[in-house]
Amino acid sequence: MTSLWPKIEPALARVQKPARYIGCEDGSVGAGSLKGLVGWLLIYPDTYEIGLPNQGLQILYEILNERDDSRAERTYAPWVDMEAEMRRRGIPLFSVDSHRPAAEFDLLAFNLSAELVYTNLLNCVDLAGVPIHAADRGPEHPLVVAGGHCTFNPEPLADFVDLFVIGDGEEAVGQMTAAVRDWKASGRTPGSRERLLRELASVPGVYVPSCYDVVYEGPALVSVAPKYPDVPERVEKRTIADLAAWLYPKQQLVPMTEVVHDRLNVEIFRGCTRGCRFCQAGMITRPVRERPAEQVTQMVSDGLARTGYDEVSLTSLSSADFSGIDSVVRSIIDDPACNGEVSVSLPSLRVDAFTVGVASEIQKVRRTGLTFAPEAGTWRMRQVINKLIREEDLYGAVESAFSQGWRRVKLYFLTGLPTETDEDTLGIAELARNCVTVGRRHHRGASVTASVGGFVPKPQTPFQWFGQNTPEELRRKIGLLRSATRGDKGVQLRWHDPEASLAEGIASRGDRRVGAVIEEVWRRGGTFQEWSEMFSLDLWRDAMEAHGLSIDWYVHRHRERGEVLPWDHISAGLHDDFLWQEWEDALEASGTPDCRWTPCYDCGACTGYGIEHVVASAVAPAGGSQGTGQDLGSGGDVPVFLRPTVGAGARS
Amino acid sequence: MSAVAASERIRVRIRFAKTGKIRWTSHRDVARMWERAFRRIKLPLAYSEGFSPRPKVSFGLALPTGYESVAEYIDVELVGKIDVAALPHRLSAALPEGVEASAAQVIPAGTPSLQEEVTSCTWRWAVVPSEGANPVSGEDLEARVARCMEATELPVTRSRKGAEQTDDIRPSIISIKLEGPAGRSNVMEGPAGPSNVMEGPDGLSDSGGFWLVGELACQPRSIRPSEVTLALGPGLEERLPRRLHQWIWRDGARTEPLVIEGRSGAIGARHAEVRAS
Ligand code: SF4
Repeated sequence: MTSLWPKIEPALARVQKPARYIGCEDGSVGAGSLKGLVGWLLIYPDTYEIGLPNQGLQILYEILNERDDSRAERTYAPWVDMEAEMRRRGIPLFSVDSHRPAAEFDLLAFNLSAELVYTNLLNCVDLAGVPIHAADRGPEHPLVVAGGHCTFNPEPLADFVDLFVIGDGEEAVGQMTAAVRDWKASGRTPGSRERLLRELASVPGVYVPSCYDVVYEGPALVSVAPKYPDVPERVEKRTIADLAAWLYPKQQLVPMTEVVHDRLNVEIFRGCTRGCRFCQAGMITRPVRERPAEQVTQMVSDGLARTGYDEVSLTSLSSADFSGIDSVVRSIIDDPACNGEVSVSLPSLRVDAFTVGVASEIQKVRRTGLTFAPEAGTWRMRQVINKLIREEDLYGAVESAFSQGWRRVKLYFLTGLPTETDEDTLGIAELARNCVTVGRRHHRGASVTASVGGFVPKPQTPFQWFGQNTPEELRRKIGLLRSATRGDKGVQLRWHDPEASLAEGIASRGDRRVGAVIEEVWRRGGTFQEWSEMFSLDLWRDAMEAHGLSIDWYVHRHRERGEVLPWDHISAGLHDDFLWQEWEDALEASGTPDCRWTPCYDCGACTGYGIEHVVASAVAPAGGSQGTGQDLGSGGDVPVFLRPTVGAGARS
Repeated sequence: MSAVAASERIRVRIRFAKTGKIRWTSHRDVARMWERAFRRIKLPLAYSEGFSPRPKVSFGLALPTGYESVAEYIDVELVGKIDVAALPHRLSAALPEGVEASAAQVIPAGTPSLQEEVTSCTWRWAVVPSEGANPVSGEDLEARVARCMEATELPVTRSRKGAEQTDDIRPSIISIKLEGPAGRSNVMEGPAGPSNVMEGPDGLSDSGGFWLVGELACQPRSIRPSEVTLALGPGLEERLPRRLHQWIWRDGARTEPLVIEGRSGAIGARHAEVRAS
């Protein structure tokens, strides 16, 4: 086998954090042969410390390495200092498992969980020595594959990626391996690559952009239609019905160096039914599929014994919603093997006193920050976004947090939401201040961090039609909040760069023409765009202009009903009229209950796949849930209107 | 924890090696590896008192990132009875590939910490011509080494926290010796004994470089092989530095903080394989 290690090693002395490039993690496959196997290089196009903990990648890594016809290795985007050393020394992209050149693999498979990594994808393909345009690749080149949440609008990357896997990848990777295995056996003759791609295009959940024609009329997209009769008009996402059958990862990777989420992570359910209208993750992963509580407990105790971690995170989109959460948490705490030294964390806490009670119990060992995500500052706004948290709920939660020893809580908010008025924006400051007042009853030094992000509408959500706020508008709103919180020591305001929200907006709702923009940004050196020290809006603005594309038209205008959206041929299983109805309800500030405990409103996610929510308990979780215990009517009526935004109607 | 009487506590010193690819992890990273290994084998660690109790573990001199060692030490306090002889084996199985425990011994209460006691270290490292520089001959290098040893002053400038700082490193150099050419075909026998064979290290094949072995002081501060390499003059680059020994000087005699029975500083064949991969 080819190991590039002798060439890599001298470069490591010259880069920051060399441990990013050595592999060696407990649980990794180490060196091994690719002979006679389908080789997958799984790539997370961001740094090692962000990419290593990614669960999706680790799950596929194990599944592929358990098969007897495939081998998977991993890599991450080399940081700029390492990239410079690699280019200077002629070192191509390599796997961290065996330091084998990327081009020796049959598939370069990317996990896309954020739009701003798109330029890193191009950079990795280029570093691998593979043509960045799919059309320029021949039978000798690996297939460039992408999966992950961003693939629900694959179009901006359609020119660079040979095929996308939409939805859960557990089953699809097996079918793909089989097809690639046969292709290799047949000798990779000229023209065979196209035949393979076309064959793969009929695998459920697989989207092969080169099998589709795109038609525009002026700026408008008219259609994205299959070139061949055997290629589906609409690609339906893959959904694994039974999470219990996929006990992965069994051998979670234990990194040798610092990474984010450095702890045992156990996925307790997939999907979310709360139906927050801004939330792409919630919409595209429906329905809820829970892991049986006993399985969770087993995975936790096996995982802790194997890894030596003293912290476990029960992961999901909204962990306190797990119907067996009490019993699972208690069994971990009471497990004698844990010796009272294991701390449990639940990402995405629900705002109620019950949750805080659980949190205080499980964080006895190490009290990490407590974070709540009310998302919006007024009840009206929270009805618009369907995050039906009442002020009383929030204050109650904050009260119990401060009374149980926390001195600081973090609140997450979005600004730039549909129908948002200045009153709504200022509501954020008011909520935060009120929380400080609640906290001061318990500690003089109680404080609240309000973290505010600029809202970026995402495909496959009810807000996909909404015209995003301009960076100027977002900056104005942040300015309002800054003056409203100035001089108040209890409230710390943090905000995300509004300019990065604009670039994210271009990449998330773009069509195929945006591909040229991503390429341009990359060619001008724009990698690691999600790192604030590397981000440059000018790169994006210039690239849009260079390719004659209007930011207003792509990002800031409200889209119309019936307009062809670039991702219309990709289906997350949700009915179009469900999404539209949700959009109209949003404009009327009318909430929709959580469908796990109330009658089905036929969003399409279950019926289309012949499955229903798989929950471990038939009773709603303690503390209430949308549509069960909460009074949706409080807050009173507030007139709703859609404010005109820049570029509305500017279809030149 | 406070219920346990102090007399039931023992202090154990463990000697270990860090070799192969894992040398690119930091001192902090290694500390975390040990904590996880202790938990994996459920070692009865003693904890500090107070609001957030921490295991009572102390690491010796930091090993710079990128350096190998067959003579690292860690002191740990344990509660109750434990088979200390079996510890190296159990720990090695729980540690990542490349980190291996080679000896463990109970040390008397009141033993000074490693940082206080260790005064010098023996290092071995290769020097190779730096990029674009002319090859160095053995004679040339021999002469450079001799010049260093004869010099009364060796100012070396390094940048420290962004600022340039010049130190005289001559008083810290106890000895340096040229060991022979460094290359893939060359099998080195280190001072640690025949089992400590260094064959075909990565990045050294046909390097035109040479092995140096030197004893460098670590009081008042630890000087590194890289500083000595700098002092040897231009055109040289350091490769594969490895700590072979840490020394405690007591009553004019040199001892190691912990001696491995029969052989010292030996590492298993497993690591040679790892490195060759
Ligand atoms: S609770 Fe809301 S924001 Fe959170 S995952 Fe579910 S839908 Fe998304």
